[in-house]
Amino acid sequence: MQILPEMLVMLLLLTDLRLLSSSRIAACIQTVVLQAILLACMTLAASWGHLTLEVMGVVLSTVLVKGLLLPWLLRRATREAGVSREVQPFVGFTASVLIGGLLLGLCFVISRPLQQAAPAGSAVLLIPGAMFTILTGLFIIVSRRNALTQVLGYLAMENGVYAFGASLAVEEPMLVEMGILLDMFVAVFVMGIVIYHINREFDHIETDRLSVLKD
Amino acid sequence: MTTVASILHVLLALVLAPLLLGIVNRTKAKFAGRRGQPLLQAYYDLAKLFRKGAVYSRTTTWVFRAGPTVGLSAVIVALAIVPLGGLPGLGAFSGDVILLAYVLGLMRFMTVLAALDTGSSFEGMGASREVQFSLLAEPALLLALAALAVCAKSLSLSDIYGLLYAGEPAHVAPAAVMVAAVLLMVLLAENARIPVDDPNTHLELTMIHEVMVLDHGGVDLGFIQYGASLKLWVFSALLVGVALPLRTGQPILDLLLGVGGVFAVAVLVGVIESTMARLRLVRVPQMLVVANVLAIIAILWALR
Repeated sequence: MQILPEMLVMLLLLTDLRLLSSSRIAACIQTVVLQAILLACMTLAASWGHLTLEVMGVVLSTVLVKGLLLPWLLRRATREAGVSREVQPFVGFTASVLIGGLLLGLCFVISRPLQQAAPAGSAVLLIPGAMFTILTGLFIIVSRRNALTQVLGYLAMENGVYAFGASLAVEEPMLVEMGILLDMFVAVFVMGIVIYHINREFDHIETDRLSVLKD
Repeated sequence: MTTVASILHVLLALVLAPLLLGIVNRTKAKFAGRRGQPLLQAYYDLAKLFRKGAVYSRTTTWVFRAGPTVGLSAVIVALAIVPLGGLPGLGAFSGDVILLAYVLGLMRFMTVLAALDTGSSFEGMGASREVQFSLLAEPALLLALAALAVCAKSLSLSDIYGLLYAGEPAHVAPAAVMVAAVLLMVLLAENARIPVDDPNTHLELTMIHEVMVLDHGGVDLGFIQYGASLKLWVFSALLVGVALPLRTGQPILDLLLGVGGVFAVAVLVGVIESTMARLRLVRVPQMLVVANVLAIIAILWALR
């Protein structure tokens, strides 16, 4: 058992908790960036002995897109929408953290059978950690009111998928990863524009109030 | 030799504990660019208080008088079972993990009872807050200790701390990091330090711990302040044992390292107090819930 991969997954769990407990959108964006950098480090650590150009390419593009481009888009959307924090989510922040603890326990239970499939030498926590990140993202999407925070939940979910892929697919096809990255970039790009327009039309970006709109 | 070192630890703690408050205050003064109060101020305060007599209100009963005494004796019992680094506690036995948590609980219970006994609504409010926050801080402490117990496969606090780093460090390090974070948060909450409570504020509506001791005076107040510094020592010793994985095998050297670690924790508390603002009262439970979840992560990791 190596100490570095385990520590990286522990840090990933901590970023999830921060995402669940923070109300400031700037802090949440920062956390998602941190997650992307952690994922890049995890990929590097996993293939340290046999580092190929392809792995380097994936890591670099991950950091560039998720660590620089997307946060820039999101920060711009935040500025234009003029919101700085999530006010009154459907589930409060303390309750979110508690639910996060329960979800984590659930992840540990349901990832037991999957542990055998994990390649030898990968972190013990990686599969539950990746699942927890996915569930955190999903939970944020359903429990928050603000469209921007929901986008962040989507990003966290994608980070979880990436971590999951990194844990199971050792020889990861670069094409798939690149495809996901491109999809995600386009999705966030579109969401950024949509948020901007919603905000300009209705002076707020709270999604629950959109459902009562009629033409 | 180990027993001698354990006895020395208890004696050193009894003598040096008030110095911790001096170190915290000196660190805060340095950060603020002040000269600060003397390092031994806590000792002067205690000496002054012990020379005075106590005044009791007519509404109070024996509960009010028993509070400080029981509290001080409870924390001395805690001191006698707490290990310092790899050094075993003086009265170690299997299951003393639970005793430690409950002895500290008894101390708080008596402080709360004494506060309620005064009949003052202000003290009742402080007592209610203290109980509300300890409701979350106590499980965090127990869960953190349980994670360590699972890691070391023992129920005696001294064995846990002695065996924790005996094996391969990779098997405990992730859990130990989490537990250290939890213990730090619990230390700040239980000792009424800044992100939770400001020890310098008096008669403010947001204060927690200081409210409950407003009616105590003289020797009683001295007991309470001395007990508070011993409690800080107990929690620091718990934290040092996890955060400082140094086990030399030489009892005296371990003792010196541990005491140095406890002082380092006091400096750390001072740094935290200088760099952080106090959390809003409604945010404190959130911090403690996070501590609980971190402890759960540590347990899940240990049980994997």
